[in-house]
Amino acid sequence: MADESAEDEAETDGGVRAYTVRLELVDEPGELLRALAPVADNGGNLLSIHHERGNITPRGHIPVEVDLESPPERFDEIVEGLREAGVNVIQAGAEHYGEELSVVLVGHIVENDLSGTLSRIEDEADAVVQDLSLAAPDGTDATSSARIRLAIDSGRSDQVFEVVRSIGADKDLTVVEPLVGGDA
Amino acid sequence: MRLAILGAGDVGRSVADLAGEYGHDVVALADSSDAAIDPDGIDVDRALERKLGGDPLGPDDPAAVFETAYDVLVEATPTTLGDAEPGFTHVKRALETDHHVVLANKGPVAERYEELRALEAESEGSIRFEATVGGAIPVLSTVEDSTPQAVTAVRGVLNGTANFILTRMAAEGLDYEHVLAEAQDLGVAEADPTFDVDGTDAALKFVILANVLADGGFSLEDATVEGIQNIPGSALDLAAEDGRTIRLIGEASREGIRVGPRLVPENGALAVTGTRNIVQIETKHAGSLHNSGRGAGGPETATAVLSDVGRLPER
Repeated sequence: MADESAEDEAETDGGVRAYTVRLELVDEPGELLRALAPVADNGGNLLSIHHERGNITPRGHIPVEVDLESPPERFDEIVEGLREAGVNVIQAGAEHYGEELSVVLVGHIVENDLSGTLSRIEDEADAVVQDLSLAAPDGTDATSSARIRLAIDSGRSDQVFEVVRSIGADKDLTVVEPLVGGDA
Repeated sequence: MRLAILGAGDVGRSVADLAGEYGHDVVALADSSDAAIDPDGIDVDRALERKLGGDPLGPDDPAAVFETAYDVLVEATPTTLGDAEPGFTHVKRALETDHHVVLANKGPVAERYEELRALEAESEGSIRFEATVGGAIPVLSTVEDSTPQAVTAVRGVLNGTANFILTRMAAEGLDYEHVLAEAQDLGVAEADPTFDVDGTDAALKFVILANVLADGGFSLEDATVEGIQNIPGSALDLAAEDGRTIRLIGEASREGIRVGPRLVPENGALAVTGTRNIVQIETKHAGSLHNSGRGAGGPETATAVLSDVGRLPER
């Protein structure tokens, strides 16, 4: 039961998403540590830090790219915390995606507006189509198959599948989802 | 134990054939029109010979099976949907007269689980139904040993015909219709393969599993079911580009049942080939257990029936 309540808590937080923040730091000892404190103080989880020592921004500062995970509503507090600490935030919230998964669609994919299907997946499922592979051995006006690789936020696969399923139902496409769960 | 066997298809005949090896006597063997009954044990070989020669199993009336002295009714008549008759009434009659029942017939367990359990609660007899899920593979007894409360989900491949078709399509780059015809020639698929390829057969098994996990509450209409008829060879080719393949996968949990074609890792545990079946039993405290083996066939399924007979309390 302890496990379940822990999962429930994560869920009520709205899930954790991955973010990239670009910072400009003054080239002084201790600056990096000072810049990262607001992330940890506001409940962010540091994933990676790319410290471009050789590169200098036009203003003579060092660019640093920080990947972190946090619940969406806490992300604004993290950015605010950085600004309050006097850290120059160049870019925030350009999300990167934590998970990749593939689905296979079967049906009259091309005739049924393939690019429309892809943009609906991107808009409605909040996913990025990374790669598309189409097989239409009997011509594009017959039944064909498409494999679509999607980048999504960690822990959002259920919602993404739900959207893809409903788009499939609208367009009369069979959706073959990956089996998620267990150690399949 | 003294077995009364209803149903003389592959499973019923194999149970009769193997019962002696497991130390049991067959006192009745009946199909829908005829029966061989003898309280001292029937001559199984002779009855089976007659049946295979196109003659009645014996001179008796199937209704008389319930009048004879037996310990366990083996219900191996064909699976029917909806009210699951006549299988359900057979089980009811046996339980009401305090006999044990072992089912190979999926219908009553999938469609009328709560009624079966209520009848069992009133009876001195018990019911068991290992043979209804995964043939020779001990699925239900594994769930029972782990205790259903500690099992969070069961997933897997429980239809050999659909699995055979998908395996051949992936290996040979052939289309569904072609491979289905081949499967029918080989006797892997029935002349009418609808129940296998549209997912119904697998769904019944996962409905039974959900009923065991949740102690009832599910029937076929609660399951989300999709078949493999719409999967072209090209979909399997595309899946392979990613190191994946497509299998007809069922999932049962306390929340529900879902059966459909899914992408699984090509070399993963669930990508069994040919007519082989596999289940993954996900437990709360012990990770996942995998059981694989032959999920159909007369002698294979009969071993599950006879294992159940062996687990029944002595009367």
